[in-house]
Amino acid sequence: MSNIWVICKRELFSYFATPIAYVFIIIFLFLSGIFTFYLGNFFVRGQADLITFFGFHPWLYLFLIPALTMRLWAEERKSGTIELLLTLPVSMLQAVLGKFLATWLFTSVALLLTFPMWITVNFLGEPDNGVIVASYLGSLLMAGAFIAIGSCISALTRNQVVAFVITVVLCLMFVLSGFPLVLDFFSGWAPEFMIEAISSFSFLTHFDAISKGVVDIRDIIYFASLIAFWLFANAALLEIRKAG
Amino acid sequence: MVAMVEVERLVKRFGSIIAVNGISFNVERGEVLGFLGPNGAGKSTTMKMISGFLSPDEGRVRIAGADCARHQIASKQRIGYLPEGAPLYGDMSPRLFLQFVGEVRGFRAGELQKRIENVISRINLGSVIDQPIETLSKGFKRRVGIAQAILHDPEVLILDEPTDGLDPNQKHEVRELIREMSPQKAIILSTHILEEVDAVCTRAIIIAGGEIVADGEPADLRARSPRHNVVVLNVRGRSAAEIEAALGGIEGVTEVRSEALAGGLVRFFVRPENGESIIDGVSTAVRENNWPVEELHVERGRLDEVFRSVTEIQRS
Repeated sequence: MSNIWVICKRELFSYFATPIAYVFIIIFLFLSGIFTFYLGNFFVRGQADLITFFGFHPWLYLFLIPALTMRLWAEERKSGTIELLLTLPVSMLQAVLGKFLATWLFTSVALLLTFPMWITVNFLGEPDNGVIVASYLGSLLMAGAFIAIGSCISALTRNQVVAFVITVVLCLMFVLSGFPLVLDFFSGWAPEFMIEAISSFSFLTHFDAISKGVVDIRDIIYFASLIAFWLFANAALLEIRKAG
Repeated sequence: MVAMVEVERLVKRFGSIIAVNGISFNVERGEVLGFLGPNGAGKSTTMKMISGFLSPDEGRVRIAGADCARHQIASKQRIGYLPEGAPLYGDMSPRLFLQFVGEVRGFRAGELQKRIENVISRINLGSVIDQPIETLSKGFKRRVGIAQAILHDPEVLILDEPTDGLDPNQKHEVRELIREMSPQKAIILSTHILEEVDAVCTRAIIIAGGEIVADGEPADLRARSPRHNVVVLNVRGRSAAEIEAALGGIEGVTEVRSEALAGGLVRFFVRPENGESIIDGVSTAVRENNWPVEELHVERGRLDEVFRSVTEIQRS
């Protein structure tokens, strides 16, 4: 446990030692604001809620989180420090978890910094704060899933751009599979259970459910098992590369 | 009493290339093993397998009797490893980096600080301790890499080209450090520099094409040189042919060559049979014939010749 924390600390340090952290946070806050107020017509809707704000999160994460995760393993491999890290007395899973946790913590900081949004709706009206808390939780879980996928893909290559592109495409598939556009394509001919299976794989389906304020254990299990699966795959991949 | 490091028939393939092909050796505490070989011979791959970064396809490594594949964490705890090129986290300062390594190795608070201070003074890192590693010179980077490897005072030390890229003074310092630590540890180091083998190693292994082609003390290896025990003497003002004939008649001599130097000086190379010592015979001949000898010495043989001959046989 303590090894996970030591690796997590080092990883967090390197986010903040480079401009990555500041660029990420500023862009995240800026875009989430723009999207909410302009694209989402926050004022025109005249409703004291953060539905539009959270509605844009999957799309923001789609491009921003792969930018955070692409370096996790690819950079270590490229610079050779992976040899240092993996010959220290840590298990593969500890290293994977430490890095994942660092990125997740960092994303939660960015997410927490959107609190002015929450203050604004409370100032303007009387929102259901329970729904907002649930939405934050859902957003964080979804971010975790994005990060786990990105971390795993980063372990596949020493090229950060390749890691970025593959992660975006993979995450896009996970997001889109719940989109009406995609589901309509199947609904004409595919059996009902298949459409449900496809949509149940989507981030959107589960995220929307949570951000309506319904914290269903199944949605939480969905994200948790997705994270667990990709992190396990991440560790397994590193173990395979070790065998060369 | 088991050896500190036991390497047993290690094999590693990368695709169709066999990088390491059945390498076995033991290293005892107190030994400094020099790993020599041309580039691509499998030195680094072997060291990566001992350190646990790569898993061997066949064979195994035991550290203090424990199989590394089965006791991964425990083995890594006993090993200090400097990877090839001394990769480091460039955005950290040496102090933070050593702190990170120390914490992963399980040291906390006072103990951790004590160890870091100790290693800083041993390796002379004081002047750069709070600068980002990426801004440091190559010599300092290498030293940070070594500091990281000895921070936990490991029983086994694996150093992949520890003096590569250092200036002569820094090389000397690193060798001194290795020599100083060697009685308590089993040390394996790889190098391209043959003088380094003489300077610090108690034993040398030459590998080529993934196999061990020579294994022995540096002096033994040198004895394999064609020049080993060749007697060289410079004589002035005598007939070269006469001396050559006399030298050729000495027991155990197979070949005498001469070359004329400036000022009437002639240099003779007297080659013995099977590298045996012939200096007694030669000096007797010198005394009996009363030759005006200006220089007389015995060649000890050169490691680079041995290196070239054993690694070239392998290639052909």
